[in-house]
Amino acid sequence: MKAAVIQFPGSNCDLDMLNALQLFGVEAQIVSHKATSLAGYDAIFLPGGFSFGDYLRCGAIARFSPIMTAVTTAAAAGKLIVGVCNGFQILTEAGLLPGQLMMNETPGFICAEVPITVINQQSQFTNQYQQATITLPVAHGEGRYYADEATIAQLEANHQVIFRYQTNVNGSAEQIAGIVNEKGNVLGMMPHPERAVEAIIGNIDGQDFFRSILN
Amino acid sequence: MTIIPEAMRNEPTPEEVRASQVYLQWSLSQDEYEMICQHLNRLPNYTETGLFAAMWSEHCSYKKSKPVLRKFWSQNERVVQGPGEGAGVLDIGDNQAVVFKAESHNHPSAVEPYQGAATGVGGIIRDIFSMGAQPIAILDSLRFGELHHNTTKHLLNGIVSGIADYGNSLGIPTVGGDVMFDATYQQNPIVNAMAVGLLNQADLHVGKAEGIGNRILYVGAKTGRDGIHGATFASSDFDSSTDQNRSAVQVGDPFLEKLLMDTTIKAIHIFGAAIVGVQDMGAAGLVSSSAEMAGKAGNGIHLNLNQVPQRETNLTPYELMLSESQERMLMVVQADHVAEVAQLFTDADLAAVDIGEVTADGRYRLDFDGVEVANIDVQYLITPPKQNQKQQVPARLTAEADPEFVPELTDVTATFKDLLAQSTIASKAEIFKHYDCSVRTDTVIKPGGDAALVRIKNTRKVLAMTTDVNGRYVYLNPQVGGQLAVAEAARNIVATGATPIGITDCLNFGDPDDPEIYYELAQSCAGINEMAQKLNTPIISGNVSLYNETDGQAIYPTPIIGMVGLLENIDHATTINFKNADDLIYLIGTVRPDFNGSELQKLVTGKISGQLKSLDLNIEKQHQQLVLKGIEDQLINSAHDVAEGGVAVTLAEMAFKTPFGCQVQADFAASWYFAESPSLFVVTVRPEHQADFELLARTQAHLLGKVTADTKLELTGSDQTIKVNQAVAQKLYEESIKCQLNQ
Repeated sequence: MKAAVIQFPGSNCDLDMLNALQLFGVEAQIVSHKATSLAGYDAIFLPGGFSFGDYLRCGAIARFSPIMTAVTTAAAAGKLIVGVCNGFQILTEAGLLPGQLMMNETPGFICAEVPITVINQQSQFTNQYQQATITLPVAHGEGRYYADEATIAQLEANHQVIFRYQTNVNGSAEQIAGIVNEKGNVLGMMPHPERAVEAIIGNIDGQDFFRSILN
Repeated sequence: MTIIPEAMRNEPTPEEVRASQVYLQWSLSQDEYEMICQHLNRLPNYTETGLFAAMWSEHCSYKKSKPVLRKFWSQNERVVQGPGEGAGVLDIGDNQAVVFKAESHNHPSAVEPYQGAATGVGGIIRDIFSMGAQPIAILDSLRFGELHHNTTKHLLNGIVSGIADYGNSLGIPTVGGDVMFDATYQQNPIVNAMAVGLLNQADLHVGKAEGIGNRILYVGAKTGRDGIHGATFASSDFDSSTDQNRSAVQVGDPFLEKLLMDTTIKAIHIFGAAIVGVQDMGAAGLVSSSAEMAGKAGNGIHLNLNQVPQRETNLTPYELMLSESQERMLMVVQADHVAEVAQLFTDADLAAVDIGEVTADGRYRLDFDGVEVANIDVQYLITPPKQNQKQQVPARLTAEADPEFVPELTDVTATFKDLLAQSTIASKAEIFKHYDCSVRTDTVIKPGGDAALVRIKNTRKVLAMTTDVNGRYVYLNPQVGGQLAVAEAARNIVATGATPIGITDCLNFGDPDDPEIYYELAQSCAGINEMAQKLNTPIISGNVSLYNETDGQAIYPTPIIGMVGLLENIDHATTINFKNADDLIYLIGTVRPDFNGSELQKLVTGKISGQLKSLDLNIEKQHQQLVLKGIEDQLINSAHDVAEGGVAVTLAEMAFKTPFGCQVQADFAASWYFAESPSLFVVTVRPEHQADFELLARTQAHLLGKVTADTKLELTGSDQTIKVNQAVAQKLYEESIKCQLNQ
């Protein structure tokens, strides 16, 4: 598999994502937000961080980056697209995923390891998970997932909700932590699987995420 | 007659400067002003007077603290770069080095907590990457007044958000630090930030303007009017009746800093020696960075101020030189590489402009609108007159000794519960949850342990880091308090399995012109120095924050110690938590009735008083070596140093977040479980390793009891037993800060 990790100005989990992918033997490369083509890549990762400082709505400026046209084309072509944290915010801003990420219910950045349920163990991103309950790190100030009732109902009915917090981490609707698009090839999630792939840093529950993508 | 540039028409003439004595407001004394006039053989103009006021401020020149700082021991086999640069550098093998420094932002944080703290983080990070190092961790040492005070809540919320927003956005994890509360900090909170970086030694850069004809490249943010005279503002006391210092506080932009950090490191990798010198524009901005770089190289510097990137109109030379706009760096670059280096920065949407050159004449010359607006000898500008600060033993230390505080506790269990909820002892998770501690995916031990551990990818090595000092101890005995600060920092490092290798400090004191305060400074530094030499931890960088007083009331002397340790084998990383039921619990060291200055004394009497007993530096070192050997031989499987709240709190913290309890017994009174004796560790050992461990420890360790499978904490003394369920204790410990903040 050949993967691209998009680097926006202000991305700060780009190298963590690159390392995690390389740990699983993926041929991964950093690609600038100014690039215009993603030809040849099987999977595209939008990493966490504070793109363009996120002084406006998170991801609102990044989504106008030249690379986003190529991301949209790749999504339409059925390539795997993964947005983690700021990447998730950019994907919703770009309209590649429904809903929006808002300021946490209790304002303030939260860094924690939180229990999460893998709701859909059939997705291209979770099919290697054997157990439904996992723990993943979260690190965000604007991770409260919001969508109108009809959209939420649709997400649930189509099994597009992939991850759900087991506790009320940030006030997300239905405690949603991660969703896919209707086709199932675009995933957005607030938790950081790339921070949970090595035992020495205390968490390996992200390993099956990468194994699933490779499967 | 010289033509006066348009922007400067409203400035006072040199004669008006002299008549109005405006320099007094900038903390330049009358004597100093007259010395300058004599040296120049003319009156300094407005701009020049401002340059001197900034460069001769304590914040930039350390003129008052220098006699003390000069005595710090800063050389051993690891030291690559000692004090005097952006940060200190220690060799950690494999051609790698660790770079670290701490810096205070107390004054701005007191006035504008969010921006004050945020820009503190920004400044210390620039000090690290200006050396060519990749910043890998941030720690914060914070001191506040009592938490029930609304002002404290306001300051704490602002300061913590400021640190969080800046560090999180940069993507550098905040992995540790310490937070304490005491009424002494009510008007003068302490905000010290420490940053740690990793350097390939070949990339080492320092702030020197070497090479006549080399160009001065300004990179980063544009210059505005913010923070003018921040350095002199930090070099004076507060008066609570006025609130006019807000303009001296700067505003931070972490996004710009992220770009500046990544691009500077990239530039150093690509251009290597073609980039001759790099320095952060920190306190006193452009004047300080350029004058220091020229001064260190023994050269002159010539700047054209019209070239300085500006984001406001009509900035005067005075404003351009003294602005403390954030996220700016100064580089000295070989002339034939300037264009390429500048291009790298402009590609990242950062300003990068050639503003001048290194000269051979040793003069500090500034041009503006074609007029020379400053011409001063560089060495004179960076060398303030020597100061002889008077010292006097504080009255409290010579007065008849207060009677020894002997706690008489009728219900030790109730006292224990109260102690766990004391703000200084209670869990700081409510604060630390706002900091991203796991970005960069190297954090092995996160906040909440003794020291943070950050691994170095592609090696077996791990760096340990911590900050410590208990100002109450230093107040009761400056010298012993200084020794204790270093000893405790080292014990925190050792408890993780790492060997302490070096120190940075942040010396937070009151007004140095008060002989009693200066005595505290000199004596505590002497104590720090003694312990540092004993432990082979040179003091390689640091910062001084004086004038931490309001209305004549100084804070407790608070010399914060930032320490770094090296663990060669990641497999030996050790945490504080109990590991298995039936493991044996040992106390290393001897508990004494050390209650003066303790959290127990504060709890029971509402204040601290009395004498501090001395500690044996050799014993301190022996105990640390024992723990290191025990961990290395894999006999010790958890270790925790004893600090505020004594052995009782240590044991509780080891049990928290585990399914275990403990049962221990000692032949001293139960109240002694709260004694804050020096040189103590609690460790656990598997029963099968009992003989080996006892052979190693000999008389230094005492078997206290064992880890139990139930969750009861049972600590028996000669008179009473402390008995509490672990879950109850943990709830008190974990919820105290949150409850108080939300009240």
